[in-house]
Amino acid sequence: MTTPDTDTPLLIAKGLTKYYGRQLGCRDASFELYEGEVMAVVGESGSGKSTLLQLLSTQIEPSSGSVTYRMRDGSLADLWRMSEPARRFLLRTDWGYVHQDPQLGLRMGVSAGGNVGERLMAVGARNYQDIRATATDWLGRVEIPHDRIDDTPRSYSGGMRQRLQIARNLVTAPRLIFMDEPTGGLDVSVQARLLDLLRRIVAEMRIAAIVVTHDLAVARLLSNRIMVMKGGEVIEAGLTDQVLDDPHQPYTQLLVSSILPA
Amino acid sequence: MTAPAYNFAYLDEQTKRMIRRAILKAIAIPGYQVPFASREMPMPYGWGTGGVQVTASILGPDDTLKVIDQGSDDTTNAVSIRKFFTKTANVRTTTATIEATVIQTRHRVPETPLSEEQVLVYQVPIPEPLRFLEPRETETRRMHALSEYGLMHVKLYEDIARHGHIATAYAYPVQVDDRYVMDPSPIPKFDNPKLDDCPALQLFGAGREKRIYAIPPYTRVVSLDFEDHPFEAYRHDAACELCGASDSFLDEVITDDDGNRMFVCSDTDYCEQRRALGHGPYNAAPADPQGSSHTGASPTEPA
Ligand SMILES: Nc1ncnc2c1ncn2[C@@H]1O[C@H](COP(=O)(O)OP(=O)(O)O)[C@@H](O)[C@H]1O
Ligand SMILES: [Mg+2]
Ligand SMILES: [Zn+2]
Repeated sequence: MTTPDTDTPLLIAKGLTKYYGRQLGCRDASFELYEGEVMAVVGESGSGKSTLLQLLSTQIEPSSGSVTYRMRDGSLADLWRMSEPARRFLLRTDWGYVHQDPQLGLRMGVSAGGNVGERLMAVGARNYQDIRATATDWLGRVEIPHDRIDDTPRSYSGGMRQRLQIARNLVTAPRLIFMDEPTGGLDVSVQARLLDLLRRIVAEMRIAAIVVTHDLAVARLLSNRIMVMKGGEVIEAGLTDQVLDDPHQPYTQLLVSSILPA
Repeated sequence: MTAPAYNFAYLDEQTKRMIRRAILKAIAIPGYQVPFASREMPMPYGWGTGGVQVTASILGPDDTLKVIDQGSDDTTNAVSIRKFFTKTANVRTTTATIEATVIQTRHRVPETPLSEEQVLVYQVPIPEPLRFLEPRETETRRMHALSEYGLMHVKLYEDIARHGHIATAYAYPVQVDDRYVMDPSPIPKFDNPKLDDCPALQLFGAGREKRIYAIPPYTRVVSLDFEDHPFEAYRHDAACELCGASDSFLDEVITDDDGNRMFVCSDTDYCEQRRALGHGPYNAAPADPQGSSHTGASPTEPA
């Protein structure tokens, strides 16, 4: 294992900009993320949150700007200068990506054990018993009963599917996880349980995370820092508690007052 | 008009050249699926039009052709394809593996070891081994390009999770030349080891899916597995009840209306050749032509 380096950022975004044709997706986003830090990205629908997340996780190429990542060996890599195999390897080992819709992040026709084991097999695990033991351990950590290991997620509830998606992503002990509205579409009580679990695991594993959410309560519960987006731009950023308790921008004040009534 | 109604081996020379180019590319990149412009053939897709087009493109007037279907030379499918090439190419045909220079096969590899002088042409229904778990073609192509084969082991994992062992018995995935993962077509996994280091050229044709792939002679072919669930070339634990062979792949056939069954070689030529040499059922009286069954070993095995 690498020793955590808290002095050098894990990820550096510089001037990230994305146009879909003439439509602006996201403009000039710059920030640094440190190991173990959880950053929330908030803003109303269409403000550019998902675009920013996809730019950071190299799922779409920026119109301009760069993303630099500190690899496990300590070297800094410009993600768009990396070869595609190297980038994809990073995505399935040192990173995780949790989709709002678990069907996009899971193989629905594959058992829970196979879903969790896939990343291990992708990096060369070839011992069935070991893979199964690790998958069993991870199901326990996301509170899925062991006797559901051979069931496919088709038979799972929405909350279980989302927890399975988290286990599938975390099994390779990534240092960074991206989440796009991880609690969206779930019942309120199911959301609360998932948030508790996410907060606990992220803290235990000291994983850095970038969480997109339109729900300020989610941001408050999970994140240390927050970025507020509007019309494709980051209009306010800072420590989550400070920004939410004392918002400077009128737009942020509006967001806070409408969603978090005093 | 006295011109023949069709060209030698049915396909026109331009089409054959196109298919040969695909074959050469396939040989140059062992296990890689080369797209080709598959033609309509005067038979349904299920009859192995991919294999037929490959055979038509490599066949010369001096070749001797054998066609097998699940090990047998005399099913409707095998007979029709043999007739087709007799009629369109006037080539010699045979049922004896050792006499053939080109062998087109569906679902089996002959038991008789192949030689450098021979080409084995497989009929392939579904060439993409990853399709079962990843239906998107753009994604499977990228997986091949980047050697991302974790998914193939997920399939085997699922097998073990469900059945306690790797239950895949046919079309068992292999890795060719330490690079491309390949579907060997629906042969029994018993045949997989024969693909490894084989002296004959092996060509695979998928007509409906428009793909050709190849294993050049003497290429390393490894069946995928887990350390604690190693690949096993399964066969029924029995001897052929016609020729006594205990090393061949067996079919279980129903012999009468009472549902009585017997095990016989799936490769009918292999079985016939053995019987012609005097081998008989394991429990029958020794049929050794020299009468020298003094070794204490199976009386039907050659010394
Ligand atoms: N694939 C796309 N093609 C064209 N426009 C897009 C595409 N994706 C997003 N947009 C536009 O970019 C802007 C930001 O969208 P998005 O990043 O999805 O916002 P959010 O996730 O905050 O709802 C919106 O105006 C949206 O319509
Ligand atoms: Mg979004
Ligand atoms: Zn036999």
